[in-house]
Amino acid sequence: MRQQLNLRGNHALLTRANPLSKVAAVVLITVVLALSIDWVSASVALFFEFLLFPLAGLTLTLLWQRGWPLILAAAVGGWSTSILAADSGRTLIDVGIWTMSEGSLETGIGFMLRGLAIALPAVLLMSCTDPTDLADALAQKARLPHRFVLGTLAAMRLVGLMAEEWQTIGMARRARGVGSRGTIVQRVKATLGQSFGLLVQAIRRASRLAVTMEARGFGGGTRTWARESTYSLLDAWVLAGGLLVAGLAVAAALSAGTWNMVWLGS
Amino acid sequence: MQAPSHQAGPGAVRPAAVTARGWGWRHAGRPRPAVHGLDLDIAPGERVLLLGPSGAGKSTLLHALAGVLGDANDDGEAGDSDESGSLLVEGASPRGQRGHAGLMQQDPETQVVLSRVGDDVAFGAENLAVPRDAIWTRVHEALDDVGLSHLPLDHPTSALSGGQKQRLALAGILAMRPGLILLDEPTANLDPAGVLEVRDAVARCLDKTGATLVVVEHRVSVWKDLVDRIVVLQPGSASDPAVLLDGPPDQVLSEARTMLMAAGVWVPGYVPATRARAAVPAAGTGNLLLAAEKLAVSRERPHRSGFRRIPPVPVQEDITAQVRSGQALAVVGPNGAGKSTFALTLAGLLEPVAGTVSATTDLSRGAGIDPYKWKAEQLIERVGTVFQEPEHQFVTGNVLDELLFGPRHLGHGEERVDELLERLRLTALVDANPYTLSGGEKRRLSVATVLAASPQVLVLDEPTFGQDANTWAELASFLSELLDAGTAVVSVTHDAEFTAALGGAELRMAAAERVAP
Repeated sequence: MRQQLNLRGNHALLTRANPLSKVAAVVLITVVLALSIDWVSASVALFFEFLLFPLAGLTLTLLWQRGWPLILAAAVGGWSTSILAADSGRTLIDVGIWTMSEGSLETGIGFMLRGLAIALPAVLLMSCTDPTDLADALAQKARLPHRFVLGTLAAMRLVGLMAEEWQTIGMARRARGVGSRGTIVQRVKATLGQSFGLLVQAIRRASRLAVTMEARGFGGGTRTWARESTYSLLDAWVLAGGLLVAGLAVAAALSAGTWNMVWLGS
Repeated sequence: MQAPSHQAGPGAVRPAAVTARGWGWRHAGRPRPAVHGLDLDIAPGERVLLLGPSGAGKSTLLHALAGVLGDANDDGEAGDSDESGSLLVEGASPRGQRGHAGLMQQDPETQVVLSRVGDDVAFGAENLAVPRDAIWTRVHEALDDVGLSHLPLDHPTSALSGGQKQRLALAGILAMRPGLILLDEPTANLDPAGVLEVRDAVARCLDKTGATLVVVEHRVSVWKDLVDRIVVLQPGSASDPAVLLDGPPDQVLSEARTMLMAAGVWVPGYVPATRARAAVPAAGTGNLLLAAEKLAVSRERPHRSGFRRIPPVPVQEDITAQVRSGQALAVVGPNGAGKSTFALTLAGLLEPVAGTVSATTDLSRGAGIDPYKWKAEQLIERVGTVFQEPEHQFVTGNVLDELLFGPRHLGHGEERVDELLERLRLTALVDANPYTLSGGEKRRLSVATVLAASPQVLVLDEPTFGQDANTWAELASFLSELLDAGTAVVSVTHDAEFTAALGGAELRMAAAERVAP
């Protein structure tokens, strides 16, 4: 997990774009896709998103490793929608209370594709954006308060440590006779105790880190930035790309007649 | 805006003077002051080692000098803690003087702020509003000074060893160009190689910048040749002065050797006397309790790549070892060799990656051959493990409950608790919250709690790290008694004197191959 927060070794084009323009492009695509449940706009967006993979240094293997929970969630969501959505057209499967018809299958597939198309840009963004660069951009370009942004960034580094600490505390407690195996009640109790132990350690670590940061002069009014967050021509392309993908998705759905605004119902 | 450290000319370090006049500090919510009536003068460029028993307020003084003491609000005033007298760095209150002093603490993990090496070093200079170009000049120079210039600037800080993390922290401090460098037990969590690494880097930087140094450390021999002066503090009271002794290292060490030894300070050439073993049994004797065969170990669990289960890369392979009753086994080797991981696997807490850990019938008594599969209650009366960080093992709110926890779970053995309390000098602390104890008390408690379940095998992970000489001697003597009584003791340690005090076999592990330098 700690390695995933670092982009070392990824020299793809999109790593050089400003994080804010990437966030803007992702938000644009996500918002447009969230407007309609239809398979055309979702598949068009998905198609372009797959084309962007090499630009973000992402491969299908990496995508599966990092994003398999999202992919599974989208598949499960699609399956249950196709069973539960209002039926129309020919019935394809009928097992007691579960029926799947052409209409509900279409809704289900639309749901799954949409889920994927909405999740993928976020995975793309994370694979080509270093948290430090994002923090720089948020503080320098978006003008968020630097104490808040840098504090969050430093705390994020501790999250990885906490994952290791969780494992250690679990073992340390087993060595005291606290079982993490057994009935559900025993497990819940053990997990609560372990969480408390982790909380204590997290607070201690955080306060020591706060002392370290304060001793390095953090918290003053003015500060300079060793890394300048800049926009370049690439960022214009990133924004244009986001607009293009969102626009093509809507245009394709409108011309195919499948555009289906969620709040208007179907 | 110009940073204060710039005033003496671009980038020059101006060694800082420290003056304390009747200075005292009481932490919020504490009845007694941590420091009381301190009078001390430190000249610019002087190098001072601060000694004293725990509770003498050494860390409090360092934090005050760094300007990070107490819950100061934005106006730079302390909260409901109490300050008396005056404490000045360069004639001004350290609070609000950002960048005049740099502080390094004990825990390497919390000395790193950012995730890339270059950014972390730049952090302090950025906060002092140093112009961008000057920051990177300083970063390169500082990394060079601490001997980390071979690392690329985007090297991940999480891949550094403990010693490297502390040197990185030093670089971050140097990049601020402070006139006063404050080190609070900077090497207590490091292995012997890391200790020298950090000490030498500090020496080089001081020679170059001429900055004033104040260091707090138990192990005098590490810093003795580097400092000009030793100041011994004692817990403050209305009648006694806070400074007990003050003078050149050799003079203080010879005048106060006995007193310092009594206070548990590791004065050079001092190995505390410990109880000798009745008779160290010959290798291979004693009942075989646990055996590791061709063991490969890792802290990581098999991870999933999609649906495939991929076993972790072991940190150490092909380990064969035997644990016998009444025998000590010391697991030694450099950091990162997988010593602790091996010990935790042997103790039934981690699953072997390959090979086996098997308990003989003398140990398993019907619980099965594989310690990893034992239930927690079965484990603790067979193999007890004392972790490096005592706090990880605290499960209740007071010392007595902590000791009774194991016996209550097992349903027997509560009568042993009084004896352990007595033996490990915890009787006066029965109502105290474990988290509020001193370092030595926490260590004694963590050993006592594990022993309360009467395990036949005791596994200890770095039991002597950061301990004062008194706790060290008590621990070694106590373990030698246990060994004579037939307990098997496995200890992971860098401490050659500790290994010698317990006797027994040594299992040496070679450094694992690492990608990071």
